[in-house]
Amino acid sequence: MVFMAVTAFTLARLRNLFAVAMLSGVFSLLAAVVYVVMDAVDVAFTEAAVGAGIATVLMLGTLVLTTDVEKVHPKKPIAPLIVVTLTGAVLIYGTLDMPHYGDPNAPIHHHVAPRYIEKSGAEVGPPNIVTSVLASYRGYDTLGEVTVIFTAAAGVLVLLGRWRRAAAASNPHKTDDEPEARS
Amino acid sequence: MELPGLFTYWIVVVLMMTGFYVVIAQGNLVKKVVGLNIFQVSVFVFYISMSKVKGGTAPILEDGIEVYANPLPHVLILTAIVVGIATTALGLALVVRIRETYGTVEEDEINAREREP
Amino acid sequence: MKRKAVLRVNAKLLIPLILLFALYVQFHGDFGPGGGFQAGVIFGSGFILYAIIFGVEVARRVAPAWLVRIGLASGVLLYAGVGVVGMLLGSNYLDYSVLAHDPVHGQHLGILLIEFGVGLTVACSMITIFFIFAGQRPGGEGR
Repeated sequence: MVFMAVTAFTLARLRNLFAVAMLSGVFSLLAAVVYVVMDAVDVAFTEAAVGAGIATVLMLGTLVLTTDVEKVHPKKPIAPLIVVTLTGAVLIYGTLDMPHYGDPNAPIHHHVAPRYIEKSGAEVGPPNIVTSVLASYRGYDTLGEVTVIFTAAAGVLVLLGRWRRAAAASNPHKTDDEPEARS
Repeated sequence: MELPGLFTYWIVVVLMMTGFYVVIAQGNLVKKVVGLNIFQVSVFVFYISMSKVKGGTAPILEDGIEVYANPLPHVLILTAIVVGIATTALGLALVVRIRETYGTVEEDEINAREREP
Repeated sequence: MKRKAVLRVNAKLLIPLILLFALYVQFHGDFGPGGGFQAGVIFGSGFILYAIIFGVEVARRVAPAWLVRIGLASGVLLYAGVGVVGMLLGSNYLDYSVLAHDPVHGQHLGILLIEFGVGLTVACSMITIFFIFAGQRPGGEGR
């Protein structure tokens, strides 16, 4: 986890955005390692596939389309630093009341989790509790998440779809079969 | 080596504030998206660290194991990661469009161009 | 990347394995770590690897835009449709116990179906997003 903090600091300081893209991939892999240490194998699996694979590719794609060097700002902004330090101090003060890491008596382990762990094998079947909670107990949530992904993909299509360029080339009969562009 | 019980939360706070600083202090829009990602990952680590039980194992049922990690945060974060990449892609698409319209991805240059007649 | 023979041969070896692994993760998710979200991402990254190595236009022929968009929408529809079927069979929305004679079998079938819907949507959205980013002209107009 200390490695993660160091990587994050380097990310904040770096100006070459290609290095930033690669380093954020490294950051994701470190996060995946941390998840495995914390017994969340499903989450680690997802983070490794998403963060190190797709996110890096998308980031590089954006850099090709925009620019890869960040502009150097002459003056160091001091106000954001103060805001960030104050917020961080307040948050750390807040953690003083938190249950300790790995504490089995923490409130989170006493509400619905015991029921999932004890009953899901008999009620739903799959030995992987994460799957049965994801798909069965919390089906509505997952439906919502899938809809969000669908909407995001549709949004990217609207923003950068091919037909927008066809419209920009002032070729009216090509855009007839596509919905109207906002641009 | 026994770390203090609150150590993970402190790392999370440091990560979160790093992401926050990048978002509010840097002018480059791609960098801001990266900052948002750091912020997001810090929240994920926070959730997952809460679900850990000492001496527990991954939440896959097996005979002879009594203590499991709490599966509920895992489910929430699992979906949040994939939703996060989808929304990041949407943000990057917006950045690309801004670059096409304004010719730059630096915030102050965009503002300067906005003020021009 | 037309001339990188090592890359092309290796990719040809790897891509079927990646897709196969994605399907394994998809349908073995009940027993080990895995499920629709991970499988969708892995399947999508297999296609993205193909597109990077062999060119986006070739990959577009393998997965045409209309097909990917239909997959994108039908994943969500499959998920919601399973819920509606449960409702028509006289139970609550997204309650799979009535899908088969035995509640546990019904749950199993329902989870399998909706995980497939999730995987379809995630894979198709990843492929769509990548193709769109790759299909842009580098640099943009930049007035």
